Amino acid sequence: MQLPNFMMIISSSPGLSLLLWVFISMILLYMARRPAHEAILSVTKILFHGFRLFASSILIAEKKLKHRNKEVLLSSGKEATERIIEREFERIDAFVKKDLAHFPTLQREITDSVIKLDEDYQKSTEVPPAPPGWTKAIEPIAAIPPSEDSMVAEILKSIKEALDKGQEKALTSYRKSSEQRHSYLKNMVPMLRHINKSVDGLDKNVQTLLDRSATVDRHMDEYAEITKKTDKAAQMLSSSSMTQFFIAGFVLAIAIGGAFINFNLISRPMQEMVGGSVYMMGFKVADIAALVIILVEISMGLFLMESLRITRLFPVIGALDDKVRIRMIIVSFVFLFLLASVEAGLAYMRELLSADDAALVAGLLGGATVEGVDSSGRWITTAAQMGMGFILPFALTFIAIPLESFIHSSRTVIGVAVAAFLRFFAVSLRFLGNLSRYSGKTLVNIYDLFIFGPLWIEGLVRGTQQAKPLVKIQGIPVEEEKLPSPKRKPTRKSTAKKVEDSETELEEIKE
Amino acid sequence: MKTIILSLILIFGFSACTTGPHKAHNKGVYMLVDTSGTYTKELKKAQQIINYTLSQLESGDSFVVASIDTGSFSEKDIIAKITFDDRPSKANQQKRAFQQKIEAYIKSVKSSPYTDITGGLLQATEYLNERDTRTKTVMIFSDLKQELKKGYKRDIPLSLDGYDVVALNVTKLRSDNIDPQEYMDRLELWKGRVESGGGKWDVINDLERLDKLIQE
Repeated sequence: MQLPNFMMIISSSPGLSLLLWVFISMILLYMARRPAHEAILSVTKILFHGFRLFASSILIAEKKLKHRNKEVLLSSGKEATERIIEREFERIDAFVKKDLAHFPTLQREITDSVIKLDEDYQKSTEVPPAPPGWTKAIEPIAAIPPSEDSMVAEILKSIKEALDKGQEKALTSYRKSSEQRHSYLKNMVPMLRHINKSVDGLDKNVQTLLDRSATVDRHMDEYAEITKKTDKAAQMLSSSSMTQFFIAGFVLAIAIGGAFINFNLISRPMQEMVGGSVYMMGFKVADIAALVIILVEISMGLFLMESLRITRLFPVIGALDDKVRIRMIIVSFVFLFLLASVEAGLAYMRELLSADDAALVAGLLGGATVEGVDSSGRWITTAAQMGMGFILPFALTFIAIPLESFIHSSRTVIGVAVAAFLRFFAVSLRFLGNLSRYSGKTLVNIYDLFIFGPLWIEGLVRGTQQAKPLVKIQGIPVEEEKLPSPKRKPTRKSTAKKVEDSETELEEIKE
Repeated sequence: MKTIILSLILIFGFSACTTGPHKAHNKGVYMLVDTSGTYTKELKKAQQIINYTLSQLESGDSFVVASIDTGSFSEKDIIAKITFDDRPSKANQQKRAFQQKIEAYIKSVKSSPYTDITGGLLQATEYLNERDTRTKTVMIFSDLKQELKKGYKRDIPLSLDGYDVVALNVTKLRSDNIDPQEYMDRLELWKGRVESGGGKWDVINDLERLDKLIQE
């Protein structure tokens, strides 16, 4: 090992020079021990407090962000619940108007039916036929014993015939009245069925109403929780928001896949319209044009959904007058329809170009390309491409729904992610703070290790002179007499320092 | 409608923001076909390569086929040249016409007594530099045996920076069979000339490997 020239104390022996340098540095370091210790400890303390301060400010920012997240979450949750409750009430209103509006009529019908039933029932009561009055009168005559007298026999025969006739007449009348009673009872059956059906319908309607009212109650409870700004409500909304975020993201990814297929369908035929070798910013103009068409379709879809009040991305559209809104629906639908028709046309042109390319390649490569598909079946692919070209723009319209969910939920999700990041950052800073603090103590110990020789001699000297006992303060041996006297009243500064130290210790314990 | 207008404004705005020189995106391919001596028998293969190249080129690309004969540094040696139309359908028509022109030429070609490859290369670089294409490929369909007529000077350094030079179907001559070193020296000579000019050199003798023919 070669030492630099200026370090060569003894020019002939670098080893001895090095040893001398070590000795000199040990002496110097021993002499500068106390200020060096203080410097090391103060620097690490500054670092410790700096990191802690930074961590505290980040934690405050995190707390504010959390509060803001909660506010955003609760406000969006409140809005969403209001929407749901509003919709439920609209449904109940529509239901009441539709199904329960004719309740008085139904009630009247049932009352009429009951009255009629009562009447019929009354009519159907069996009335015993009144015995004819003259039968009692002829009873004594009928009791006369039959005799040979032809006159009497004739009279009795006549009486019997009259009696039989009367009985027959009474029986006929009775049968007729019974038949009528039965007809009344028969007529009661459909009426009873009608009443039963009406009552059943009413019961069903009431049950539906009860179910709806239970749903409203549940939503009202949620709404009350949100209004109270409870943690439970915030947690519930947060998890719901996360779910929404991932579901909406998944659906959006599918929609992007659809848009990509759509793009491939129209980018090639677009070259026929705008040229295949024209570039803009490194991209083919044909590709840009195809992309613009798809984006315009998506925009039209958004406007359509917004005008239909299915989504609420643009409050201005939602707040428009109904007349203007309906016009907007018509206009955006017409645009969408026209663009879909254009796409279908482009898809047809793509098929023509593909056929031309295939024919050209086959011709150039001398029939190397085998005709794999029967040309008679080409109409299937043509029709499929045209169909896709026409349907996809309408399908892309529905992007608006997951997009709205994604945008709303992403506010919460991003907020939560940033808060988590801030938390992690603050914890890391606190860790660094503690690390710098303990590294100060370690450095002090390493310092003492390097000057172990002088320290050992000092110990020996102190031992012989019955050295004053050493007290360790923060790992540094200090002579007891140099410490402030216990009788001395502690100054304000030292008390503050102690408080600070105890606070630091407490914080460490907490950590 | 608003969105369309906005999109257009955005596109034109962006295009206005992009400054700097015009950047080409098309490909330029120049094919030199050796018509000297018995090599004319190989022209059917050249036609296959031309057809394959035609199938690979797109709208806006340029393609030239020129012959290598006694004095190849001339526009007269250009058999057919084309820059394909922007519209793909029109480009396909041009490809068909080009193919027919080459077919007619191959039927009527007469062999030349000398082989001026350097002259052909110079002509190719001159043409492609003028076209200012993004990629520049020169294909040499030849046995690479240069035979110059007396008085022709071709010891000119080649300037081939940004060029891909591909030697195709480099057949072995009878003398190569006796001394294969001659064949290797010939390849090495052309490789050295091209690479010293700043170009990239490649040899494709297997026509199944044509997918590496044109640089993307």
